[in-house]
Amino acid sequence: MRASTFPVNRVVSRSQFIFVFLFLLVITSVGLAADKWKPLKKDGIHDPSNPAIKVLQEPADALSVLQTDTVGNNVDWARTLDYGFIEPLGSLENDYEPEILETTVLMRNTMPMRYVRFPHKTHTQWMSCETCHDSIFIAKEHANPINMGKILNGEYCGICHGAVSFPLTECDRCHNTDSSTVPKEPTASAGDGSQ
Amino acid sequence: MKRRSCRSAVAIVVACLIPAMMVWAEYADVILNNNSENEGVAPVIFPHWFHRIRFQCSVCHVELGIRMSAGSTGIRMQHLMDGRYCGACHDGGIAWPLDNCDLCHSGKPGIETGVEGTHQTTGPGIY
Repeated sequence: MRASTFPVNRVVSRSQFIFVFLFLLVITSVGLAADKWKPLKKDGIHDPSNPAIKVLQEPADALSVLQTDTVGNNVDWARTLDYGFIEPLGSLENDYEPEILETTVLMRNTMPMRYVRFPHKTHTQWMSCETCHDSIFIAKEHANPINMGKILNGEYCGICHGAVSFPLTECDRCHNTDSSTVPKEPTASAGDGSQ
Repeated sequence: MKRRSCRSAVAIVVACLIPAMMVWAEYADVILNNNSENEGVAPVIFPHWFHRIRFQCSVCHVELGIRMSAGSTGIRMQHLMDGRYCGACHDGGIAWPLDNCDLCHSGKPGIETGVEGTHQTTGPGIY
């Protein structure tokens, strides 16, 4: 059989060829748009004509060498810090002593969702106690009327999560504790919505 | 047939243009434009990712008193020259001095104060 007998000319008409070509173009452009870290001049907020664009560090240069994640900056910041990839300065004062708290806080008023176990350690590695206490969270059990509505509205955990820390699509990272694995709470405080 | 493929071709071209028009700022980039453009300079873009590699949250949000809500701290250049807020580091010591206007005032004209990039989350991650 000669090669020219292969029925390509009859099957693919000109319009179909254009269609396939444009389809591939879409796939490519979507692929490019889904780049993990856009160059500054293409990120939509920097002015490409600003001479400083050439001087500023590109996100990909800094972030591609850190621990990867699938959301936010595509960086797992907690793991990046834990593994020692970065050593962010804790204070501008010379005599600063970091205070790492190992305790966790269990939040049980989670409706049908799994309980929330809040790790103080991960958070105190990033910030001092005063960052949250008592301006955002009162450091007392059942003193904080937290709910998802407020968090989605940018209060409590939502001040950071959804803006700078991992976003609120990641339910399981906070709702991480099966209620059957923890003993029941002795005091009857459920129902007031406080954590 | 020809008309239909022509129409779908137009649809595909439009679909191609949509990603080009979208904003792909890095997650948590902060735009500050309460006063910048009124004063005749470009809006400020603060990249959280750059700063959190080098400093913990409490350095800026506790020690320097920068509030966790874009544009609510009321920062003016005079504060910076007095060594407050950004001026605590951007004094030529820890970071570049304040005469490098373009490095901070690098935003496109007309962008609004706020936190950018959060829309990049297109759904739950895999972990």
